Amino acid sequence: MTQPVLDVQGLRVEFPTRHGTLTAVDDISLTIGRGEILGVVGESGAGKSMTGMAILGLLEPPGRIAAGKILLSGDRIDTLTEQQLQAVRGRRIGAIFQDPLTSLNPLFKVGDQLVETIRLHTPMTRAQARRRAIELMQEVGIPAVEERIDNYPHQFSGGMRQRIVIALALCAEPELIIADEPTTALDVSIQAQITALLKRLCRERGTAVMLVTHDMGVIAETADRVAVMYAGRLAELGTVEDVVRRPQHPYTVGLMGSIPSLRRDESELQMIPGAMPRLNSIPSGCAFNPRCAQAGPKCSRDIPRIHGEGAACWLALEGATA
Amino acid sequence: MTRPILEVDALERRFDVSAPWLNRLLERKPRRTLRAVDGVDFDILPGQTLALVGESGCGKSTIAKLVTGLHAPSDGKIRFNGDPTKMQMIFQDPFASLNPRWRVGRIVAEPLRTLFPDTTDAQAEARVGELLKTVGLSPADAAKYPHEFSGGQRQRISIARALAGEPEFLVCDEPTSALDVSVQAQVLNLMKRLQREMGLTYLFISHDLSVVRHMADVIAVMYLGRIVEIQPTADLFANPLHPYTRMLLDTIPDLEAPKRDRAPMGGEVPSPVSPPSGCTFHPRCPLSFDRCKRELPKRTPDVHDRRVACFAAAEGKTDV
Ligand SMILES: Nc1ncnc2c1ncn2[C@@H]1O[C@H](COP(=O)(O)OP(=O)(O)OP(=O)(O)O)[C@@H](O)[C@H]1O
Ligand SMILES: Nc1ncnc2c1ncn2[C@@H]1O[C@H](COP(=O)(O)OP(=O)(O)O)[C@@H](O)[C@H]1O
Ligand code: SF4
Ligand code: SF4
Ligand SMILES: [Mg+2]
Ligand SMILES: [Mg+2]
Repeated sequence: MTQPVLDVQGLRVEFPTRHGTLTAVDDISLTIGRGEILGVVGESGAGKSMTGMAILGLLEPPGRIAAGKILLSGDRIDTLTEQQLQAVRGRRIGAIFQDPLTSLNPLFKVGDQLVETIRLHTPMTRAQARRRAIELMQEVGIPAVEERIDNYPHQFSGGMRQRIVIALALCAEPELIIADEPTTALDVSIQAQITALLKRLCRERGTAVMLVTHDMGVIAETADRVAVMYAGRLAELGTVEDVVRRPQHPYTVGLMGSIPSLRRDESELQMIPGAMPRLNSIPSGCAFNPRCAQAGPKCSRDIPRIHGEGAACWLALEGATA
Repeated sequence: MTRPILEVDALERRFDVSAPWLNRLLERKPRRTLRAVDGVDFDILPGQTLALVGESGCGKSTIAKLVTGLHAPSDGKIRFNGDPTKMQMIFQDPFASLNPRWRVGRIVAEPLRTLFPDTTDAQAEARVGELLKTVGLSPADAAKYPHEFSGGQRQRISIARALAGEPEFLVCDEPTSALDVSVQAQVLNLMKRLQREMGLTYLFISHDLSVVRHMADVIAVMYLGRIVEIQPTADLFANPLHPYTRMLLDTIPDLEAPKRDRAPMGGEVPSPVSPPSGCTFHPRCPLSFDRCKRELPKRTPDVHDRRVACFAAAEGKTDV
């Protein structure tokens, strides 16, 4: 088997607080191969961003990786020092966040920011880096680049800014891109342009992409495989066809049913009763058990876990909940 | 024929977005006006839901604020054929719209106190308890503060507050956009049930076409301050008439038929401060021809019964 670009094994992220330790990410294992897009979905608070931040080594203290391993093309990156991590970020892992302004400095021209980033990671001269910056801006679809390269971030629309952030993330040709809700703040027509761009770049360069979003529609059209998170844990992991069309986990089934259809008339939407638990009150056993219509005695006793594709549900794992 | 509860006619709202006067003087810049809402017409029948959809900045919230009187129209008319005290608004952000220092009981009782000043404390408490139950919370929640609730629960509190004034007409501006889909489903089901049981009328604003399809009887599609198409929901989805509507419908990811190798529509919405000439959609429109750059298309009775403002649609063209 070829080595995955990203290999996360049993990742656990904790936040020690005065009232005890909160587990924001609990025993997550996943891989992403070359040129593959892994979608990570779940409601707000499910732990999607914390998973991405842990991989990037950007957890804010006191948040910390409490267990597990993170390998990038076979190299362990969770044990690196901050200095070593800085070299990995940008060069080997690119990041794209929801708000493009967090990645852009408002005081510098976008061209200069691209040139700086390129020179930080490659031995190019200023002139070479500027040519590369122009190429990158063209590649992400900024029109009239020669005119726009010396503009400041606020002179671009939201969609254009996100393209520039993607160009920044691509500067050093990273092996992995972590994109956390990259289109959530954008209009649908721009959203489609940005996801198409990500897909094309990933295909052409073989970059592995972790696409974090709460939008199942975006996942269905963009991802190759999907990880569904619930209360810090993996509920289900599988190919996009399997998870979207044949979800196994009762939570995924409920989630898919609650999305209004563009094609069918529904008098009522399916509902999952209740709400996702907070980190300080995760139920014992399967975290979904108080909301699950199929829960049996085993569900409140033992935590169902997956370390690969499948559904973290006793029904799927053992065909029984007793 | 039933009389509409709301009639909106040639509605216009302009904003002055000029630089401060000193800069204008020094840099010789002219005054600039932004037309956020431009020649908007629609009616809503009692008990129905009319939805406004469109991309960010197209004027949806401005219409909501005009209808509820938070903004004054620059031109045109809004006629509300109901009791003005029976109109309430629900906002997008369930966090910002509830006073964090008030207990839920006081928040929900507020419209009662202002609209029915004779209400006794005991009556108010009983009514608040009932309202909380109606929206799926418990009467005991009245003693809690907003921060003790999740986003979906807070939106239920907003709805309970809006219901306290016994409204007949609700303006809902992106009521579920801040919520996760599973929570959205709970709130949308609640809103539909309340409409059925209480005969409410909704002006429902959203940028999400699947939500709008689920909620609305009639859909108005907006682009740069104008309604470019307005049709009953089933007709709009079965037979979209405006090129922009078709672009929107083609672009939204569809779970049931994902288009994995789509070529997305190019371009973006132009600045509303200097909109394109003629039909403001012409720079992005695959059907545009010379007339579109010169003339503004209007919705007229002879073109699809006032459902669409487009020269190509007037000539029966729908494809490139
Ligand atoms: N008080 C104001 N002063 C100046 N311009 C304004 C004001 N309020 C709104 N606008 C402008 O009017 C246009 C319409 O804004 P509006 O808030 O109605 O859009 P919207 O359709 O609700 O968008 P969104 O989907 O982002 O909520 C925008 O270009 C906006 O910038
Ligand atoms: N600094 C922190 N201290 C304690 N809990 C935190 C902190 N940062 C995030 N969390 C919690 O971690 C959980 C996962 O958050 P996050 O990964 O941001 O969720 P999302 O899936 O919405 O991206 C949430 O319950 C959040 O409240
Ligand atoms: S393990 Fe039990 S409670 Fe959890 S999802 Fe499966 S059936 Fe439901
Ligand atoms: S009027 Fe012309 S430019 Fe405008 S939508 Fe119709 S065909 Fe396109
Ligand atoms: Mg997040
Ligand atoms: Mg708005």
